[in-house]
Formats: sequence, structure tokens, C-alpha cells
Amino acid sequence: MTIMNIKRLLIFFASVLSMCTLTSSVSAQDNTSEEIEKYRELLADGNPAELWELTGEELWYREAGPKNKTLETCDLGKGPGIVEGAYVEMPRYFSDVDKVMDLEQRLIYCRMMIQGLSREQATERPFGSAGNSSDIEALVAYVTGQSRGMKIAVAVSHEKEKRMYEMGKRFFYFRAGSHDFGCVTCHSGENKRIRLQELPNFMNVEQARKSYGSWPAYRVSQGEVRSMQHRLYDCLRQQRCPEAIYGTDLVTAISLYLAKNANGGTYDAPAMKR
Amino acid sequence: MGMPMLIRAKQKGENTEVKVLVKHDMETGRRKDEAGNIVPAHFIKTISASCEGKIIFEGELGPAVSKDPFLSFSFKNGKKGDKVSITWVDNKDDSRTDETKIR
Amino acid sequence: MKKIIVSLGFCAASFFAVALVSADQTDKEFEEMLESSLRSKGIVKAEEVLAQDDVQKKCSTSGVASAEDMKAILDSQLATIVYPSDGKYLGDWKAGEKIAQSGKGRRFNDKPDTVNGGNCYACHQISKDELAYGTIGPSLYQYGKIRGNSEEMIKYTWAKIFNAQAFVPCSYMPRYGHKGILSEQQIKDLMALLFDPESPTNK
Repeated sequence: MTIMNIKRLLIFFASVLSMCTLTSSVSAQDNTSEEIEKYRELLADGNPAELWELTGEELWYREAGPKNKTLETCDLGKGPGIVEGAYVEMPRYFSDVDKVMDLEQRLIYCRMMIQGLSREQATERPFGSAGNSSDIEALVAYVTGQSRGMKIAVAVSHEKEKRMYEMGKRFFYFRAGSHDFGCVTCHSGENKRIRLQELPNFMNVEQARKSYGSWPAYRVSQGEVRSMQHRLYDCLRQQRCPEAIYGTDLVTAISLYLAKNANGGTYDAPAMKR
Repeated sequence: MGMPMLIRAKQKGENTEVKVLVKHDMETGRRKDEAGNIVPAHFIKTISASCEGKIIFEGELGPAVSKDPFLSFSFKNGKKGDKVSITWVDNKDDSRTDETKIR
Repeated sequence: MKKIIVSLGFCAASFFAVALVSADQTDKEFEEMLESSLRSKGIVKAEEVLAQDDVQKKCSTSGVASAEDMKAILDSQLATIVYPSDGKYLGDWKAGEKIAQSGKGRRFNDKPDTVNGGNCYACHQISKDELAYGTIGPSLYQYGKIRGNSEEMIKYTWAKIFNAQAFVPCSYMPRYGHKGILSEQQIKDLMALLFDPESPTNK
């Protein structure tokens, strides 16, 4: 047993634990944010999301489905098989289906059309859990990782893209359900937080960019890589909304609204979050 | 079994820096699922690293370490091209070995 | 008026001219999108959520609700207030603290017999020792100590918890009493958390 290295390991974990201890006065906000930032920097080196990216890459190039094909001919908007830079231009209009699709809807489409999966198979287990990982999350991690460092640039030029954007915007302000919540309830004020979680203000361009540009992310609290679909699914759940059916248009509309507002920002995902 | 480990081994002067990302649920055995049932313990007990067959690092992880552990350590007397191999054994007597070459 | 309405005035974020379709078509398209994308699960029924009430309709705008709409909301919501049947306003602050801490209830993963929480700490500072509080709403620390417990203050606070939109149209605070989220007893317990001199809120 190498004492030196065990010690280092223990110090590493001890410092992580101590960073998580909240020991401040009433103005806890700044202090806590600082500590969380330090924790993030410490962990940035070992983002487990990379494991998902590698798995996703493997899945992309693996022959699968009744047609026994890889996803190498899947067109994500920039031409068949072009993965690099594709995510930052999505959601977008696809003429072959005459509709706007986000990445996950497009992956469903490719898995069905190219590999021959049924819709049920192509939408199976979109959100992984312990011992039950999701191929979809891995594929998303891979594809989004190929846009890392690039500028978010959704066009919103086609008529259907414009309408989808309007739908997303409308939903952002839609107050409904038991608690009268809308996205706007939490995401339209400056310097707000829910409990201790800072809330991005989507009316603020810089925050919109940073927020949209950091999904998907490995969520430490979930131990999984979570995509925009999951983030919005979970937001809707907490909003006391009904269940968002996986791969349907509401989430795409909201994503498009958020993506457009984040245009110009540098895409920096898959990231890591609590 | 499961996802491969991500191992990076880089030669920096005299030292070889190794970073390992391990995919493992690391269940403590104390957590309850949504239905209220205990999720059985499933965690890595020991992890070891060797370079060209020689053990350079051994660790006991255990249930205190959280999911998808990340390890970082360095050692001397390695050189580019050497094979670094990592093995973990968990409480279900499952094990996995992955390897990489020092760059 | 609170800045809740002001925040709705961030219409500067509007990027686009709306497409060349009628308002009716847009409404229909929006409804269809919601209907095809959301489904009932657990205790949350899709139809109930998609059917906005009058207040929600008026408040679902990226601009500011009109003056007439705001007045209409204040009037209609004030009329919904139901004061405690036995005239007693304060319950047990310890129970109140639990209610303020719990964010359960009305979600599709909550069971039918789940006791709803108020989730007050999500948005408010309340007691001295709870540091994990949100800042969406104003601090309620030392609420009773600062405001006193005159009949007027007690009744106002009750009404505020019961239906916050009786005072702030389009408020982001859930209408706990009117929407049946919290029971009369639960609101009494929250009142005690705010007013009882022994409550950690007033220490």
C-alpha cells in the first residue's frame, strides 16, 4: 500500500467534503457560490461525462438494429455523418421530415430510418439510472461533445423554425397548473436562487448563454449525464405539469427558444453540475 | 463488466501522471429506492494500478466513495510507451481491468 | 406593486416579428402542441393543467398585464379568501417549520396520499438557522417581530398565504388556500411560524 497516494486520495476527498459544508452567515449566497466554484474546478478534470462520450462514439459507429447499420449516414443538419458542429445549430428544420427537430428527435429518426428500430425501441430508456444506463444519453453526450468550444448558432430562418420559436417563447410565459408556475416564475429575475441553487435569468443574454451552453451535463446528484430533454422534463415535473412525452415537440420548442437566446455563446458541454 | 475505464497516462519529466475515470454505481447499501426498498450495496473494494507488470498504486475505496470515481496519481520510473493497467474488484467479486500506454 | 410585474416587462427579449398567421391559428397550434406533448401521470391530469383559469390566462404574457386585468385579478382573488372557521389564526410553529421545509405535493411523482408542503424555503428566508433558503421572494426573517400581531396584520398575512394574488396580480407565489394546496390547519401552522414569539423566525 503506497501511503503517499492513499493520503493524497483522502486529502482529495476530504477537501471535497469540506467544500460541501455550508458554514456561513445570513449572506450565504456569495460565499457558497465561491465554494461551489472551487469544488467544480477541482472536479473539472475528472468529468465522468467523458465516459458517456466515449460510449456514445462507440454506439455511433456500431452496427445495430434489424438493418445492421451504423449511424454514420445520419444527417444532423450539416450533411450525412457530419457530427462536428452539428449540435450548436440545433434544433433546426429538416426537409426530409418537413419539421423542426432537436438532437434527440433526430437521433430517434436516424435510429428508426437507418438502423430499422421501431419507435418504441428507438425511444427506450431515454434517462438512465444506476445499473441501467441509457444509450440515448451516451449518443447525446458524444454528439454534443463534438460541438465543444463552438459558437451556439441556431438559424431560426425557416418558417417552421420561427413558429417553433414563438411556441417556445409562449410556453416560457405560460402560467398553469396547481401552483401557477411558468418558466418565468424562476427564470426571469436577476440574482435569484431557489434554496441554494442559483437560477439563470433567461432574460439576460450572458446567463442564457452560459446556461444553455452547459447542457448536457453529468449531474452529480443523479450520477448520470442528463440532456436538455431531461432537464426540461424535470423542470416541468417540478412546475406541477403533466409528463412531457419523450421526443415530442414542447421540449423542442422550449429548447429552440432557449438556444436562440443563447446564440453567440460558446458551447461548453458536456459539463458537470450538481 | 460495463463501461470501460477511461485511463490517461502522461509522461511529464520524471513523473508519469495517471488519471482514471471509473464507471461504477458505488452503492452504499443504505440508500432506498422510490418504492422504499434498500438498494443493495455494490461498490469497488480495491483498485490497483501496475506499470509493465509492477504494482505502482493500490487503494481501498469502499462505500464512502461516490459514484463514478475519479482517481489521479503519479509515479516515477515510467516512460513513454509503457503499459499502465488498472484493475478493480468490487463487493460482488466482479472485477475489471483496462489498460493504456503512457504518452 | 411588487416587481413581479416589472419582471414581466422584460419584453426587450423579444427577438422576432411574429409569423404571418392569425392569433386563432397560433392559439390552436399552441394547444395542439401541448396536447400532443404532455400526458397525465400519477395525480397530475393533463386536461386540468392545460385548462388555464382566468387569472393564469391574464398572467401568461411576456408583457405586463393591462391595468384593467390587474384590477380584475385583485378583485376576484380577494373574493376567494376564506378565513378560519373558528376564528383562530395561529397553530403550531413546529408543524409550520416542517410545512415550510417540505416541497412535496401535486407533482406527478407524488402519491395521492402525500401531504403537501408549502416549500416556503424554496423562495424565502424564514427562520434564523435555516441557511438553505431561496431569494425569489422577500425575506420573512423576524416577520412577526417586525410587523407585530395586530388583527389587521394577522388577517393580511392569512389572506396573503391563502391567495397571494389578492395583493399582487400575477404573483409568483402559489395560491395555497384557494388552490387547496394547503389545508386550513397547515396555514395556521405557517402563521404560527411567522407570528409566534417562540418561533425561530422571531428569535
